[in-house]
Order: sequence, then structure tokens, then C-alpha cells
Amino acid sequence: MSDVTRLSAAALASALADGDVTSLQATQAHLDRIGAVDGAVHAFLHVDADGALAQASAADERRAAGGELPELLGVPIAVKDIATTKGLPTTAGSRILEGWVPPYDATVVARVRAAGLPILGKTNMDEFAMGSSTEHSAFGPSHNPWDLDRIPGGSGGGSSAAVSAFEAPLAIGTDTGGSIRQPGAVTGTVGVKPTYGGVSRYGLIALASSLDQAGPVTRTVLDAALLHDVIGGHDPLDSTSIDTQWPSMAAAARAGDISRLRIGVVKELGGEGYQTGVRTRFEESVQLLVDAGAEVIEVSCPHFELALATYYLILPSEASSNLAKFDAMRYGRRVAPDGVRDPSAEQVMAASRKAGFGDEVKRRIILGTFALSSGYYDAYYGQAQKVRTLISRDFASAFEQADVLVSPTAPTTAFRIGEKIDDPLAMYLNDIATIPANLAGVPGMSLPSGLADEDGLPTGFQILAPPLEDARLYRVGAALEAMLVDRWGGPLLDQAPRLEVGL
Amino acid sequence: MTTPSHRTVPDVVAYDEAVARYDPVMGLEVHVELNTASKMFCGCAAVFGAEPNTLTCPVCLGLPGALPVVNGKAVESAIRIGLALNCEIADWCRFARKNYFYPDMPKNFQTSQYDEPIAFEGYTDVDVDGETVRVEIERAHMEEDTGKSLHVGGATGRIHGASHSLVDYNRAGIPLIEIVTKPIEGTGVRAPAVAKAYVAHLRELLRGLGVSDVRMDQGSLRCDVNLSLRASADAKLGTRSETKNVNSLRSVERAIRYEVSRQAARLDAGERVVQETRHWHEDTGVTTSGRVKSDAEDYRYFPEPDLVPIAPDRKWVDRLRSALPEPPAMRRGRLQTDWGFSDLEMRDVLGAGAQSLIEETVAAGASPASARKWWLSELARRANDAGMTLAELPITPAQVAAVQGLVDAGRVNDKLARQVLDGVLAGEGEPGDVVTTRGLEVVSDDSSLSVAVDRAIEANPDVAAKIRAGKVAAAGALIGAVMKEMRGQADAGRVRELVLEKLS
Repeated sequence: MSDVTRLSAAALASALADGDVTSLQATQAHLDRIGAVDGAVHAFLHVDADGALAQASAADERRAAGGELPELLGVPIAVKDIATTKGLPTTAGSRILEGWVPPYDATVVARVRAAGLPILGKTNMDEFAMGSSTEHSAFGPSHNPWDLDRIPGGSGGGSSAAVSAFEAPLAIGTDTGGSIRQPGAVTGTVGVKPTYGGVSRYGLIALASSLDQAGPVTRTVLDAALLHDVIGGHDPLDSTSIDTQWPSMAAAARAGDISRLRIGVVKELGGEGYQTGVRTRFEESVQLLVDAGAEVIEVSCPHFELALATYYLILPSEASSNLAKFDAMRYGRRVAPDGVRDPSAEQVMAASRKAGFGDEVKRRIILGTFALSSGYYDAYYGQAQKVRTLISRDFASAFEQADVLVSPTAPTTAFRIGEKIDDPLAMYLNDIATIPANLAGVPGMSLPSGLADEDGLPTGFQILAPPLEDARLYRVGAALEAMLVDRWGGPLLDQAPRLEVGL
Repeated sequence: MTTPSHRTVPDVVAYDEAVARYDPVMGLEVHVELNTASKMFCGCAAVFGAEPNTLTCPVCLGLPGALPVVNGKAVESAIRIGLALNCEIADWCRFARKNYFYPDMPKNFQTSQYDEPIAFEGYTDVDVDGETVRVEIERAHMEEDTGKSLHVGGATGRIHGASHSLVDYNRAGIPLIEIVTKPIEGTGVRAPAVAKAYVAHLRELLRGLGVSDVRMDQGSLRCDVNLSLRASADAKLGTRSETKNVNSLRSVERAIRYEVSRQAARLDAGERVVQETRHWHEDTGVTTSGRVKSDAEDYRYFPEPDLVPIAPDRKWVDRLRSALPEPPAMRRGRLQTDWGFSDLEMRDVLGAGAQSLIEETVAAGASPASARKWWLSELARRANDAGMTLAELPITPAQVAAVQGLVDAGRVNDKLARQVLDGVLAGEGEPGDVVTTRGLEVVSDDSSLSVAVDRAIEANPDVAAKIRAGKVAAAGALIGAVMKEMRGQADAGRVRELVLEKLS
């Protein structure tokens, strides 16, 4: 096996099944790759080499014992540092959780472990998933393998960087307003936000409970489907988890069919404000689908224009409450207030939160606290919930006309680290096309649509489906991906710089 | 406690004077800890008195990432409480987050209900010294309990002056139902009595539903008292105080009397009553100022996004309604008639929490009078010595009935029966077994009694002579001697007969 790190998860799984490589070898290869490039990429906050190798050995033993085996058995994975991992540090990118080792696994982590995927480590993210670049990580930004001076997207930039830098074939991300899809778009990888309630939130450190959803971060649509099948499905520990029999996403990806497909191009998600190269690649992909027999219509979702404002009331409101638990009383970093003898619990809480939270977190806590305050609730949080309902209605009526909706995933390619850090509103605009799906709970996928001519950087194509119709994303996404890869003469990531050289 | 002032304002005025000048209006908030097996939002055991912080998990500790799941049994209990209080049951309702920071609250928000309570708009009829007073219920809603703080190093166990605090999270997440009355008006001088009767009534009703241990001493029933005064019944409501920590029936009564007297003193002096939380001190019988609420604490309530709405099925609610136990007042009246107890006797029974125990003892075959006698005298004394309630004694109503059965059959006398009770309470088995193993049976064999009587006559010739001379009252001395020789295991009536036979 020349370089197992270049294989897709599905191909690596086949190689493992055929006995061409062991999980121990594959896991070691990825750890070596991490050792070689992560100093420059900084995708990981914590690498668990010993744990990963032990899990790899266990996977090899399980395979040797035979019987019914999970398809991804032995394929290593990286996990966003927002999911609790028993015995492994979990910080959510925040100083306030520095040193905390959870006593329990998130459901997605437990499922990954049960399916025999060795966990390589925990990936970097904007603090508490607040951001679109990882620049708000308390532990420094991750870097885009396409251009190390650029952001890998956010909040899950660590996961997208790890996968696009071939440090891991698979990663778990979470998407509250685009944190899986936008990083996918700017790194030339695939990211899926499942239907709200499709993947358990138990053990994911909550940003905004009604918006958060975990999902796969991969290099191919099939890999995303395979991982989705592992982590998805009902969990009695999450009250908002949907109790239904989900179809196999992998089967849908393998079927890859767009015959008689009605595609709705969302009028409000495109045009002005979108980079020329992003638009060009998007239109080409749409044309590919048309050439392959899909019908394209334009749909209008008028309330999407209010989505960003709505999101930035609901998210901070829920976050201000979710983040209240970080008070240094029972876990996490405790800071004594300066110059106070025998400080009270309240003073310690205040000092710890002041020192432990970064500026963006404080900004959103303040926003949310204000939006929920008596006298302002109706005008802000209450009003936002009403608009949210209107956005869901826009989706419902659009899905009466079209089977899937499509748009560019992000308005621009990867921007330079530091470029938008002092302009929160410019940063927030990165998620303008991804946020509506979170507000309505519908599933969405981003897959690479090529490189923008003006800067040679990846662009993303977003597909949205009605609630519960996640399989449709994979069916359409896999078909489009096949046509694009065919056109490119190989995976888009083959065109990315080889990081070892010159580092 | 007093506001610094250039005038001297008396702390309180006499209660009778206060109610002569002002009309008290009360609102009572009662928190009931449900006796479900597990907590409100996780699978941890919900029990009192375990080693601190042993009944916890990521959910009730509020660890990052943990999520709540509603306890269905708690919802059922909440609905049954609502129905028993003649409330409407919501078709659809949600939990809400009540946000505030406190170390004993793991998430720094309490998952509660806000504007969508599960039960609302009810009433309950309370017997106050023989007269029925209707108390209107505003709402009954579900929430979770907080942890329990223990402030160490201060003089009073309060946070002021404490060097540090310990928190036990075993209580965090125990299901609570908060029952809120509408303003209770027009009770005048009887306000304290009405409040006490209401809480006692609620306790009985909840006990009858079997949804809570309703132990005020253990905090499974807690009462907050809102009280305001106004110049007259048609004046608008005055400013209220909210007194917390009122944790016995007697305290409910005393705290209201105190607040009436205290607020009257303020108003008499032309001062205003401050809207605040006050703490009741059982030992000194006063309330002291806690948090001032004038700048209206903002809890930033919003619907709990981690939980889905609760929409109780109507058929289920109807089934729960039809399966409700007989209302306490009706049951009390029926039992009192059946048993032929006087009002006074019945009040003692209720006060001792013995109504159900007596009912079951009677059902097991004892007469009502004997059942009352055992539970309210012997067993009440033993429970008191052991610091237990009657129901907690390790003896069943069936066993008490069996003891009385032994007395009725003449196998033991009252004195021996008390020893049988001791045996049962000590875990020596059923009453019949205790009689056998302890050898407590009354000696009814005339031949051995006869020998003992002869011996007593012989040893007490003077007494015997008196009896022969017709002074029957002297027989007691001989009976006592016989009983002593038989170590109490004789039927005193039969001994008397034998003595009189032999000396006639």
C-alpha cells in the first residue's frame, strides 16, 4: 500500500476488509501524517496516539475473529472538540474548559467507538463553535491546506483541515449555522448537516440547542454517507432525537440518481455579494445536472433575507443560557478575582468567566442576555421565533415545487487569516447561505464544485432537502460528484498543494 | 432588621390590633417533591438521605453536553395533582428555562414551567375548624429541585459569615410540583389558621394521591408565604413580602402572624412595606430581610429548547381522573361515621397521620377503637422515641390487628400484648411467632393457677381473712401476688375468680 492516507474511507475500508492493510498500519500512517503536517495546519487540539493505536489493534482483532463487521471497522477518525470523549480532554476551543476530562462519551462518539473507528484526536474549532474561521479558538487558528495563510472555515475548521490535509479520512463536525458546510466549501471537502434530530446531540457541548446538529466531514459523498449511517439514528438520551427508521445513506450514495429530479435554485441565495468564481462554478454544476436530465426552476424564499438577523437573535439567546453552566464551580478553569480576600462564589464565577471566555463568546452572551430580557423578549427573541416559522414555510412551499434546493455554500472562497477578525458582521455573512437550513431544521450538504478562477481556491455547492429526506442529498450529491470528478480527471483535492514539500 | 430611621418604629404591633386595622391577603406557594423512583430529567435515584453526591450523573450535574429527558411518571403525578385540585390540564405545554446563577444549581438555569403550566385554574375546599373555605388555585407546574447548600463556619448556617459552602447535588433534579394559590382574601383574623389548614389539607390530599412523602421536616413539602396588608377589603392590594423557609405547619401559622404584625407596624408608622424575600426563623419566631426584589429580578425565561412539548393524551387524562382517590374530606367524613369516632378523636387520628393505618388495621379485622388505641398510644410513643412517623415503624396494620386478635382470644393480656409489639418491632416475626418464642402466652391452665392461688393465700393469711370477712376489695393484693409469681402470664380475671371461689 503506497499511501493509505490518500484513500477515501470507503477505499480504506475495502483495503482493510481485503487484508491489504491493517487498522494498526492505517492508524499509524495517519498519526505519522499528523506528525508531519499538523505543526503547520494545526487541525488538532489533542492527538491521542496511544488510544488510537489501541483501538486499531482491537479493530484488527475483531476482524480476525470474523462474523458480522461494521463497514468502517478500523478506519480512523477525528472528532471535533465539542463532543465529549471519556478520558480525553474536551475544551470546545475555550480556555474555560482547559484541563477538563469528561467522564462520559457523547452518543456520536460512543457509536463511532462501537463501530470500531479508532479516534485519532480532537479537532480545533472556534470557541464554543462561535465563528466561521477557527480564529476564535482560544488555542490559535487552524490553517487551510490549500493556502496556509487562509482560514479553513469555521467553526469546524479543525475537522475540515484534518480531512483536506489527509490527516484523517473522516471527521465529525457540528453545524449550528454552517459550521460543517462552510468549512467543507472552503477546503474542497464534503460536509453534511443532517435533519435536526437525525443525529443525537447528547454529549455535544451545546451552542444553540434548537440549531445544533452533528454530521460527517469527509472527502467524498459516499464516505459522508457511511459515517452518517454510523452516527445517525434515534437516541433516547436526546429528547429532540427523531424516532424513525432511517434509510441507508450509503445505499443512497451508491445509487447516485438524478433522473426526473426537480432542482430549485434559490433566488435569494446567490447573485450580489457572491464572489464571481463561486457563482461561475455553481452555475456550471447546475448545468451538469441539467445535462444529466434534471429540471431546473428558480424558487423564491423571501424570508431568507431575514435569516441572518433571526439567527443572531436565537443563537445568542440560547447560547447565553447554555453557557451559564461554565461557572468554575464544579469543573473547568477557576480564576480568583484580583485583590479580593476570601472571594464569594459569585466573585469567582465572574472572574473565571471574564478570564475564561474570549471576546466573541462574551459578545454573544451579552447579545443573548439582552434579547431575552424582560421588556425586550417580545421584540427580539419572540419576533425571531415568528420569522423562523416564516422561513420554515418558505422551505415548505419551495419543496412543493422542487425536490432539492441548491445554492453556493459560502459567498466567497477562503479568506486570509486576520482579514475579518475585527469585523464581526463581515464574519457573520459567511453563513448567509447555510443558516436558513438550521433555522428550519432541514438537511444540507456541501460538496466541492471546483476552484475559483480568480484565486484558485475551492468553492462549495450546497444541496438542501426536505426534513427527513437526508438520503436525497446523498443520491443527488453522489451523482453530481461523479460528473465533477470525471470532468476534473480526479478528486479536486489532488490539485491541492502537497504539504510535506517545503515545510 | 429595622430600617434606620430618625423615628423609632416598633418592630411589630400586636396581632389583634394589626388585623383590626388592616385586611391581610395571602398567597401560598407550596413545593412538593415527588416520590418518583428517578429524577425529573435523568435516571438517577430520587431518594432522601443518601451519602452526599452519590446520586448524580452528567445530566443532573449539568456537565457540558448532557441533555434532559422528561420523567413520564412525574408528568403523570403532576396531572393527578392538578386533577385533584380541580384544575384544567393543558392540552399542550412546555418547559422553560429560569436563568440565574447560584452554585447549587448545576446549569445555572432551572428547568421549570413559565407561562404554560401543566395544570391551572383550580380550587380546593379546606376545612378550617369545621367551616369550609374555598382556596382558588392559580397553577400547578413541574420543575426540578436544586442541589442543597450547606454553609460552613458561620454562626447560623446562613451564607453570611460562612467560611465556605458544601453542595450536595443528590437533590438536584428531583421532580418538584409548585402549587400556587390565587390571592386568598377575606380571611381577616383567621388568615394564619386558614393558611395552616390549607397546607395541612394539601398534605393530606397529596398523601392520599401517593405522589409524595410530604415530609415538611425533610423538605419534601415546602411552603413560601406571600403576604400583604391593605386598609380595607375594597382597597387595592398592598406591597407583599415573600417569606421562605416556612417548613412546618406551626411555622406557617406563626410566620403569617409575624408578617401581619410586622407590616402593620411599618404601615402604622407611615412607612412602606418593601417588596422582598424574607427568611423565617423557626427558633426566634421572626422573619428577616433577604433579597430585595424591587428591581424585579429578571429570570429571562424562554422555552427549553432541549425538550419537546408535552401534550397529554385526553383519554389518558380522563383515565387518571376516573382513578383519582376519594377526596380527603369525603373520605374523612366516611371513615369517621364508620368508626364512630368523635370529632376530637378524629382530629387526633389525623394529627398523628394514622387514618390510613387505622383503616387498614380495621380492614385486617380489628375494631376501630382498638386500632385507634394501639396506633395512637403504644405505637405513637415508640415512633416518637425512634424519631419516625407511624407509617415508618417496622410493623404493618395487619400485624397490629393480629396482636389485637391475640388479646381478643384471651391468649395474651394488654401487658403481654405490648411485649408482642416489641418483638414484632424488633423483627422477631409475626405476632403469633413472638408469643411462642418469647413464651408470652397467658396461663389459662387452672391447675397451675390454682396452686399459685393457694400459695398466695398461705403467704398472706391476713388478707385472706379480710376477704373471707367480705372485704372483696382486698382481693387485689392476692391477685397481684399471683400475677407476680406467674410473671404476668396469667389472665387476671380468672385469678380473681379463683381467689374468690377459694375464700368464699
